[in-house]
Amino acid sequence: MFGYYLDLALRSLKRNKALTALMVLALALGIGATITTLTTLRVLAGDPLPGRSARLFYPQLDHGPREGYVPGQSEPDMTMAYPDAMNLVHARRATRQAAMALAQAKIVPQRANEHPYFTNGVMTTADFFALFGVPFKYGGGWTADDDERRAPLAVIAEDLNDKLFDGADSVGRTVRINDRDFRVVGVLKHWAPQPRFYTQGLGGRSYGDGDAVFLPLQSARAARMGPQDLECYSNLTDINHIETEPCEWLGVWVELDDAAAVASYKAFLDGYARQQVALGRLQRPSTALRDMMAWLRHVQVVPDDVRMQTYLAFGFLLICVVNTVGLLLAKCLRRSREIGVRRALGATRRAIFGQFMVEAAIVGLAGGVLGLLLAELGLWGVRHQPAEYASLARLDLGMFALTFAVAFVSSLLAGLLPAWRASLVAPAPQLKAA
Amino acid sequence: MSVHPIIAALRKHKAGTILIAAQIALTLAIVCNAVFIIGQRIERVHRPTGIEENDLFLIQQQWVGAPSGDDPAGAEKLDAKLREDLAALAALPDVAAVTPINSLPLLNSSWNGAVALKPGHGDFDGKARTTYYFADERLMATLGLKLVAGRAFDAGDVQHRAFRDQSVAPVAMLTKALADKLFPDGQAVGKVVYFDGGSTPSTIVGVVERLQVPGTGSWTNSFTWYSSIQPVRLNANFSRYAVRAKPGRLAAAMRAAVPALYKVDPMRVIDDKDGVRSFAEIRQSAYRADVGMAALMGAICLVLIAVTAAGIVGLTSFWVGQRRKQIGVRRALGARKVDILRYFQAENLLIAGAGTVLGIALAIGLNLLLMKYFEMEHLPVPYVLAGVAVVLALGQAAVYGPARRASNVPPVEATRSV
Repeated sequence: MFGYYLDLALRSLKRNKALTALMVLALALGIGATITTLTTLRVLAGDPLPGRSARLFYPQLDHGPREGYVPGQSEPDMTMAYPDAMNLVHARRATRQAAMALAQAKIVPQRANEHPYFTNGVMTTADFFALFGVPFKYGGGWTADDDERRAPLAVIAEDLNDKLFDGADSVGRTVRINDRDFRVVGVLKHWAPQPRFYTQGLGGRSYGDGDAVFLPLQSARAARMGPQDLECYSNLTDINHIETEPCEWLGVWVELDDAAAVASYKAFLDGYARQQVALGRLQRPSTALRDMMAWLRHVQVVPDDVRMQTYLAFGFLLICVVNTVGLLLAKCLRRSREIGVRRALGATRRAIFGQFMVEAAIVGLAGGVLGLLLAELGLWGVRHQPAEYASLARLDLGMFALTFAVAFVSSLLAGLLPAWRASLVAPAPQLKAA
Repeated sequence: MSVHPIIAALRKHKAGTILIAAQIALTLAIVCNAVFIIGQRIERVHRPTGIEENDLFLIQQQWVGAPSGDDPAGAEKLDAKLREDLAALAALPDVAAVTPINSLPLLNSSWNGAVALKPGHGDFDGKARTTYYFADERLMATLGLKLVAGRAFDAGDVQHRAFRDQSVAPVAMLTKALADKLFPDGQAVGKVVYFDGGSTPSTIVGVVERLQVPGTGSWTNSFTWYSSIQPVRLNANFSRYAVRAKPGRLAAAMRAAVPALYKVDPMRVIDDKDGVRSFAEIRQSAYRADVGMAALMGAICLVLIAVTAAGIVGLTSFWVGQRRKQIGVRRALGARKVDILRYFQAENLLIAGAGTVLGIALAIGLNLLLMKYFEMEHLPVPYVLAGVAVVLALGQAAVYGPARRASNVPPVEATRSV
């Protein structure tokens, strides 16, 4: 029976080529737009460290003044002052913990005829690599002891290793950063989680390439590297010693293995804030401890424009579906007589309904195929935009399947009303009119 | 023509009528809001920065192995290097003027603070957010700023200090917007202000008509025009130079600048990509996202309108085909061609009118939703009215073809059994 419906549907679609083309094209445009924006959104709102992100938390404290403080409502600050970050790291209340800030690193190549250049660096503490599961190609990270000794050590990214050392195992060799020598202890495998969660709040880009240089926080500071973002909440006396100034510039990430650990860490954090308030260092006791995905939502890592485009695309798809409903309806009512004949010859209402649903499904599948091509075209357009996330916009298998699901479901939805109306056609009047 | 028969006929085509009306309503809602977004972006991109943008370019560079500038001797050395660079650039044949500067409008690299009428911390009276520009006496000539009151800086005003030194210059210039905010009586010249809650007074010597802040993000919306300028050469191991080329000589001046600087001192970093940029490039990169969004919205609007028009053509054509006999009867009973044409046009106007009523409500609802979740303003009435006009015109244009075909149905059709 299905084969027969298929044949009928194809015949009917062929009869009105312009109308069929119009339906398929409209549906394809809607689907193409939706899949393009959804793919972009999904990439941008994705999980940067799948399998690990649920255990990573971002503690926050509040350095705001007492005025304007509303208990339970004031949002704590995005970053921390040095003493607080170090206290949290040294307290070792979590499985792992690291403080970090971003910095421009000036690399001075040792070879002749090469100009110095800037690259993106991270100043952080020893746990960073284990905390985020950063993969190493050669060597490894540094130790907490190295942090305290201000050891001039560096972990470099694969790209930089290729550039400076032609990809050789450079562990033990020296790289000159900000006019100081750092000894390479590790070379990373490619590591660029998207979104760049650990740069949020620290003044970094949200998407794009990974960082090139990772240095122990205190040795980087000794080499006069400054943080990318510095928020001072009171008057400065000496901007060179931001460790002791009333300035926030560090982010802290902690790893907590289960709900009990999270609860106990939050209690510890609250206790710490209250203690600092009692000491007079902080004015507000508010804290926050968000998991990674909640933190990314909180900082609204996905650009507003992208979210707006996604909503608009859905509106667009809705219009296209309404349009298809209208055209399918027009088509099927035009064929009332044919339906009357079929009904008179014994076709049941279900059979008529099925026949028109098959026709709608064919339109949907054709729309899906064309929509997929349009989505590829749209994503190609997104990739050629100057946005920092541009290169990430690619269709994956899941989205590929979703395209057809969306196309199929929307065309079936579009087909429901016309098919139902068709199945209601009474045979007698149609035959009489003929 | 009476509306009654039209409504009676539409009753027989409820589903189709509702679908067209719904499609028109949705199209109106989306097109109104999309065009509003386009309008906002275009307005943003076209606001003047206050500087003369042609023939202007920016150089940024960093010295290698230079002193940090944190001690007085280091600052002196850096200032000597800076002045050497300035002299070398000014000596180029295609350069008209050059000034050291910490940033430019639209550069998205800024030093922000606050300006107050009273000294000391914690006094918020008359305080305004501001962005600091630091440049020398050739600022006006280089950027082409317009002086509206007082005087511009002269060479005697210009100081130099280490980048991280927190001291404040004794004289300053403000933009008119900032001066008017601080001094609503319009008499800012000669008055004293305090930067960053400090206690060192700065006397306002002049007011410039307009100078946009470097930031273009929405966080700068509250102080887009509140710039203040101090006559200071900042000494750090990096520097930026704003350079005005002689008219029409921009490309030549840009080509000559880097070799000239390397000749002064080869130990420096000048990025291949961002080291030397014309102001046009700076403007383009600042507004790329806005232009992209406007283009995308425009494309969506056009496609939407096309899809809706096609839908109207399709359904009306079907109705015409279905009613050939009735049209024939009307023609046989004396209706002229134009009556048939008008009938279908009026029918479409009726459906589209109902659609627009619903569409206006949807447009406003969508706008409120966007306002809740995004930075968005109230949809102005003219946008809605324009949208209504476009949608009604679209309906009439789309229905014209099928209606013409209907009017060409011969009266003899009445005698045929369909």
